[in-house]
Amino acid sequence: MIKLTNISKTFGEVRALHKVNLNIYPGTIHGIIGENGAGKSTLMKILTGFIRRSSGNVIYQSKNINLQSPRDAREIGIGMLYQEPLDFPLLTVLDNFMTGGSSFPPSRQRANLSRLCSDFGFDLDPDCRVNQITVGERQQLELLRLIQQGTKILILDEPTSGISEKQQDLLFTALRNLKAGGTAILLVSHKLDEIELLCDDVTVLRHGEVTAYWKRPFDRDAMLLAMFDTVPESKPTAVNYTAVEPVLDFHKVSSGKGRSGLNSVSTTIRAGEVVGLAGVDGSGQSVFLQLAFGLLQPDSGRISRSRESVSPAFLPADRLAEGLVPGLTIREHQILSSNIGPVITSKSGLAKTRRAIKSYNIVGSPETAVKDLSGGNLQRLLLSLIPNDVQLILMENPTRGLDLQSASWTWEQLHNRITPDGTIIFASPDLEELLQQSSRILTFYNGSITLDTPAHATNYRQLSRAVTGEKDPAI
Amino acid sequence: MTSSLGIPRFIIITVPALGVVSLLLLSLGISPLTIAITLARGSVLSWLKFNHVLSVWIPLLLCSCGLLFTFRAGLWNIGIEGQVVCGAIGATLVLRLGNTYLPAAMLLSLSFLSAFLAGGVWGALAGFLKNRGGVNEIFGGLGLNFVAQGAILWFILGPWKREGMASMSGTDLFARELWMWVPRGWRTAPAALILTVTVFLFTAFILSATRFGLKIKAVGLNPKASRLFGINPDLTGFTAMIIGGGLAGLAGAVQVSCVYHRLIPSISSGYGYLALLIVMLANYKVTLTPIICLLFACLTAGSIQLPITLQIDSSLSGVIQGTLVLSGLLAHGLQQRRLLRKGS
Repeated sequence: MIKLTNISKTFGEVRALHKVNLNIYPGTIHGIIGENGAGKSTLMKILTGFIRRSSGNVIYQSKNINLQSPRDAREIGIGMLYQEPLDFPLLTVLDNFMTGGSSFPPSRQRANLSRLCSDFGFDLDPDCRVNQITVGERQQLELLRLIQQGTKILILDEPTSGISEKQQDLLFTALRNLKAGGTAILLVSHKLDEIELLCDDVTVLRHGEVTAYWKRPFDRDAMLLAMFDTVPESKPTAVNYTAVEPVLDFHKVSSGKGRSGLNSVSTTIRAGEVVGLAGVDGSGQSVFLQLAFGLLQPDSGRISRSRESVSPAFLPADRLAEGLVPGLTIREHQILSSNIGPVITSKSGLAKTRRAIKSYNIVGSPETAVKDLSGGNLQRLLLSLIPNDVQLILMENPTRGLDLQSASWTWEQLHNRITPDGTIIFASPDLEELLQQSSRILTFYNGSITLDTPAHATNYRQLSRAVTGEKDPAI
Repeated sequence: MTSSLGIPRFIIITVPALGVVSLLLLSLGISPLTIAITLARGSVLSWLKFNHVLSVWIPLLLCSCGLLFTFRAGLWNIGIEGQVVCGAIGATLVLRLGNTYLPAAMLLSLSFLSAFLAGGVWGALAGFLKNRGGVNEIFGGLGLNFVAQGAILWFILGPWKREGMASMSGTDLFARELWMWVPRGWRTAPAALILTVTVFLFTAFILSATRFGLKIKAVGLNPKASRLFGINPDLTGFTAMIIGGGLAGLAGAVQVSCVYHRLIPSISSGYGYLALLIVMLANYKVTLTPIICLLFACLTAGSIQLPITLQIDSSLSGVIQGTLVLSGLLAHGLQQRRLLRKGS
């Protein structure tokens, strides 16, 4: 039906996709798997016309086509169900259903909607506002809208994150029905269970290249091997502190924030631990960290911190947007993070800033505006801002965007910083980093902790199984 | 102070604005030069006229100082007009107390304190609505402006009405000893002038040389990140609203005790709104604010001459002020856009 040959895409110097081949046939479900940053999203954006390929061909009905915009993709019947529903929350279900459609009178559209609902077993109230229905129902609505528009190639991006089990069953039945009706379906997912349950064939992407393609039946181990880099087993962990006194206690904590929220999470973090949070993006790690710092409040449950006297430090993933104030200088940040004041002179904090610039290798002067610093410098500045007496450091993707050397330097600093009874909790998409730097690893899946293990008692294989949703994965 | 093209910002803003106004005047058959001379004659070319300019400059600068605090915290304090009105009511409250046996100077000082508190409370109310009720400070402030306007009318026509009859011309004049002292040949009270300069210096000091000022700036630029530095953005914004409202309240007190010596319905003279334009034109910079206040005060004071000598409506000064601000915003917007393009 549609054929992608040798598709490549580069963003500046970064190679996002390299010579990717993919054949999509009518009446099949094709799975696309790969870890974060493997190039899945880029490939889907090319197919839906949001970005243009750098080279390669898209062949539709034996003709070479040029997808310039989402409109081009829609015209040949490509429709995508996004991870975050792309709808109009303030409009009603019926209004949303009608957007982008033909000019039927609303009464006719209402009948269409109710017919489609009964075909698929969905229960949608046409007059309900979309911001009052669940993510799963919004997804159902979006699916019906795409079908109504005549979508022949349906792309689904992580469709089961954040929806209930019942909604998941309904979705799977709908997908099977669509497949029987001749629709070609592309399913992007991290969840191998889904792939095994639904797909006829699967393509694995890693670092922007296709590393494997199989038809049914699938071998789970082979899929994992193709998805993740192979690493030497059981590297010794860099840290080995003894955990004693509890620092942070989560008791049945739930939250509706983030993609999958947090579902009744209970765990105790102790002094001296370096806890790594594993999981696919949006599985609850980020919400966990924000709750631990106090940026979010839990919907239910209780969080207790034993050392209220010194507040923890939090280093967010998006350093410039969430961690620093772009319009302020390096010196002004140092002043804010220490007890300098109340009057600030041109010398205030200058010595401290110079020391930080020197010992953290920040390229800039005390009066350099933070918005002019590069990614690595921003991270080093954030590290230099952690007050000396902080005993609990919370970090999201601490080495994101850093080269290997900067990353290992960052970890060296962190381990030097932390006293034997200090605690680090960090989330990382990099399983290798988690294994090397943590003393304990918590794996998140769909808002729950599915694996809690000392780092020395697990390995890459078990973690990669746990983050893809396997229950009780073997080592 | 220069644009990326190397031309002073001042020229980039004033030349197009004055050009547009000149064209407008020429198309109406009026010489821009005559207007300029009339405006200058009416504002700076005589001591008495310049005194009138100062009496406009004082409340304008007080309001602008208040706005510098709120803008720095990332807040659009549209409610400033209502805060001036509340300040005026607060001052009148003290000045009407009557037999308190307190010396006049003490009563006058108390009236300024009361004005600061009243304006501050009005600012706090907008801040409270924002923090607790999720009401944007623009809408909250606008609503509170109407409430304040209603309140001042109620006071003037109700409890504080003139002997014998209520009148839109305001309350009775205060006792002579409660008028601020104005030297012979002056129109402005030196005490008000000193107060205003002090408030300006205080504003400049707090905003640029204290930890508190830095906190306000951090909150205005990135409230999310400011929390990581232990700053409570809601509380900081709330404090900025109280200070901003308080300073606007002082402007109200000046209007009551130095200019009108009574409470009138239009006591704010629209200075709150005008101050919003001034601070925007100053690009939210402390140092430029008093200079632009002076320019706007000259235009406002000078324009009174227009209907008398040229039979042109005095609202022309508003046209000039508005064009300047639009031109300033346009220059700023274009500069930002060029920076963004360079960045990407």
